[in-house]
Amino acid sequence: MAQAVGTAHLETSTGLDNRKLLMWLFLGSECLFFGSLIAAYLLYRDRSVSGPHPGDLFDIPFTSVSAFVLLMSSVSMVLALAAIQRGNVRGMQIWLFTTAVLGLLFLSGQAFEFTEFNHEGLSLSTNLFGTTFFVLTGFHGAHVTIGVLILLSLFTVSLQGRIQQKNSLNVELAGLYWHFVDIVWIVIFTLVYLIQP
Amino acid sequence: MTLAEYRRRGGVEPAREEENVADADHVEKHPGPLEYAQIGSILAIITGVEVAIYYLGLAHALLVVGLLVLSATKFSMVVLWFMHLKFDHRLFSTMFILGFILALSIFTVVLATVGGKLV
Amino acid sequence: MATEWPQTRKTGLADALRGAREMADQHYGIWSWIATVDHKRIGLMYGVTAFIFFLTGGIEALLLRTQLVVPNAGVLNADQYNRILTMHGTTMVFLVIMPLSAAFFNLMTPLMIGARDVAFPRLNAFSYWVFLAGGIFLNVSFFTKNIFSGELGAPDCGWTCYSTLSSKAFSPGHGVDFWALGVQILGIASLASGFNFIVTILNMRAPGMTLFRMPLFVWMTLVTSFLIIFAMPVIAVALFELIFDRLFNANFFNPDKGGNPLLWQHMFWLFGHPEVYILILPAMGIVSEILPTFSRKPLFGYPFVVFSGIAIGFMSWGVWVHHMYTTGLGTVANSAFGISTILIGVPTGVKVLNWMATMWGGSLNLKAPMMFAVGFVAMFTIGGLSGVTHSVVPSDYQQQDTYYVVAHFHYVLFGGAIFALFAGFYYWLPKFTGKLLNDRLGQIHFWLMLIGFNLTFFPMHVSGLLGMPRRISTYSEGQGWDFWNLLSTIGAFTIATSILVFIINFIYSLRRGEAAGYDPWDGRTLEWTIPSPPPHYNFEKIPVVHARDPFWHEKYTEDEEGRPIPVVAGAANGHENEGQEDHGGHGIHMPSPSYFPLIAALGFPIMATGLIYDYALVAVGAAVLFVGIYGWALEPATEGEEA
Repeated sequence: MAQAVGTAHLETSTGLDNRKLLMWLFLGSECLFFGSLIAAYLLYRDRSVSGPHPGDLFDIPFTSVSAFVLLMSSVSMVLALAAIQRGNVRGMQIWLFTTAVLGLLFLSGQAFEFTEFNHEGLSLSTNLFGTTFFVLTGFHGAHVTIGVLILLSLFTVSLQGRIQQKNSLNVELAGLYWHFVDIVWIVIFTLVYLIQP
Repeated sequence: MTLAEYRRRGGVEPAREEENVADADHVEKHPGPLEYAQIGSILAIITGVEVAIYYLGLAHALLVVGLLVLSATKFSMVVLWFMHLKFDHRLFSTMFILGFILALSIFTVVLATVGGKLV
Repeated sequence: MATEWPQTRKTGLADALRGAREMADQHYGIWSWIATVDHKRIGLMYGVTAFIFFLTGGIEALLLRTQLVVPNAGVLNADQYNRILTMHGTTMVFLVIMPLSAAFFNLMTPLMIGARDVAFPRLNAFSYWVFLAGGIFLNVSFFTKNIFSGELGAPDCGWTCYSTLSSKAFSPGHGVDFWALGVQILGIASLASGFNFIVTILNMRAPGMTLFRMPLFVWMTLVTSFLIIFAMPVIAVALFELIFDRLFNANFFNPDKGGNPLLWQHMFWLFGHPEVYILILPAMGIVSEILPTFSRKPLFGYPFVVFSGIAIGFMSWGVWVHHMYTTGLGTVANSAFGISTILIGVPTGVKVLNWMATMWGGSLNLKAPMMFAVGFVAMFTIGGLSGVTHSVVPSDYQQQDTYYVVAHFHYVLFGGAIFALFAGFYYWLPKFTGKLLNDRLGQIHFWLMLIGFNLTFFPMHVSGLLGMPRRISTYSEGQGWDFWNLLSTIGAFTIATSILVFIINFIYSLRRGEAAGYDPWDGRTLEWTIPSPPPHYNFEKIPVVHARDPFWHEKYTEDEEGRPIPVVAGAANGHENEGQEDHGGHGIHMPSPSYFPLIAALGFPIMATGLIYDYALVAVGAAVLFVGIYGWALEPATEGEEA
């Protein structure tokens, strides 16, 4: 997201845009980042020597709703891109804003969940579950937060009329990041919440 | 911004590697809002099914396999349609898949050697 | 290029910054370095900074060797020894070999592929500043205790920082915090340059420069960059886990709460083994450029060397357990990884054979770069062979944590990487300074270094096999280690002397060195087609490439027996890159200088300091990072259109 100034058409050796290539490389690299965190969670999932354990705390209906919210934010994100690629600035603005709001909704859900768990006696240092759970979901939350910031920045810039069909790439790149954060949650939702030992 | 913008080729056509040249009008092949909405509904339904399976009280092994398959389906749908890998240049997929497969395989080996369990 | 200091207008930050930027626009003065996005300047800054760290790490090594010169020497106490040892290892890996390789990526990659700069010039500047910030941050740790009373605050956990040596209980103080956060910052720098060079190499090649016409060094840069972007996230997570354990009482490596210290070792070596190849592949690339030039023959078996490099890149992910044979992972794991470790020797061996075949039958020109390159091949082969002995599990059980291991990795990292990097200095520095390094002094440097190196590290094989453990701060008499340690220390000081010769040579040559001209070595690749030093836009006209070793083919054709025959001047058949007339670069639009990469980079050390001392600083650092990134995103990236 380093560059908000658009680039219409580039002449590169592969014909592919530099920034888009960078974004995909970054996402490939992020796979290793979240892979490491998830591996640590899985390694320690049933090794906490004291409670509380996942089964005592998880509120599946609640988390399902927030997983659903994040999933739907992916839909609104792709609609924002579809709008601007067809030159519909207004539509893009609406969908970008919707996406950011859904992202914020997800984040408040996470904040609520963290607070609840804390009240029930789970902190970073309580046991291995607390350690791995908070660090994994916390890093995911940090990624969502950065995503929301990017979306809101794009939205603000677009209000000044600086996002047009010809530089829709900016929206596309933000979208790639956002969808990646979403698929990480798809994995976390299944491996952490639904499949418990 | 890239340097490529102001590279002057001195009037010479850049010699691109044939198979690597991106399809200039790939945007046209992208699905429209309607199709995105349809995919969104499918994703929502799958999420519902996942939660349902969770409460169904299946045998644990079955539950695990079912959930993994469903989650992989959601994952692939988002990557292929929302992130356009289905329609985009192969190089992008290569970069992502390289990272993904690498992560999957090395951490499987780590968990196997250290004795982590999925089930 | 005007060299006027811009008129100072009204005071005020915005004006000051604008003034600085105007100065930078004109490639003049200190601000033109601080705000530079020119890959050559960034490369030189990388090189100079890393070389200063090389001297720091070298002095640390001399201290260690002085302590070990005789049994029970009283130069350093155990605590000081541990801390200096840790800093020596960390410095040499993260602050010397990696950034020196990065210096060559920066200096050479755009020139070799015929580009005017990298794909993301500001990201490139950012990665340098982050590296500098991380390096300083790491070394500041020395001063977190009262250094004048002999207490050092540096980390004391060894460069591998194994858990639970690194836990709060066994390493109180802030040393390990500095280590973890410092390496984390350096990782950001490496990631940024990794992404940048992959995109640059894939996307910025000159017309006709297909992948299989790329110089070997560029190939190795590409493979190394991939290793960086996939390996760095793993160590990032491991470091976060360590940081959370130490600063927020998490339990990742806390056995009391069921945590498994082996997780650290897995994560560290998952990163660490690709890291080994991150250190050595660029060196292999440098040597693969120098050997053909000074043998006046094309690289033997180019595709084999390329594919061996790629194969090493892939296989480096499947060998990490050979660092952990003695941790009790079981026979299956040990056997499997023993086999994969033996296998990774194959592509490495292929490369060595190709280098030798390149020299075979060539008309060798034994100038300093060539001497160092040949030295690399020989020393690296010895190190490679002792590496193969480690792959054998029962034998490794004996060698684990002895000086034999120290001997091995210094043969590959010093005898390998450092020799190749010096070869690179002698070969490529004239391109950027415009002055050739003195060859006689270069030869003295080479022989002193070769003798000193072998005197230092060969005896370590023996002391290791005699059972001397690594990392010990002293030893008692009568174990048969005294003589070998004495030799090692004499060798270490011989190496130091040779480095001194290099420094003298460098300074001398800058002042009265022979002018390098375009092409001092009768080179083969594109960088020799442009002036030394190159103009900031590199190529007046982007070259068009018709073959591998494009410049060679422009200069020479072959007779029936394959001997090179010079092409008559002017008879070149339509080669575009001839006649680089200097039009002063008008009409070439280069990326604008920017100070935002520096501002953004400053955010990291501030945040890291805040994590250790006061969380309020974390907010300050984050704000600085924000300002940097937003300024970066919103400023125009290109110089204005000029007539």
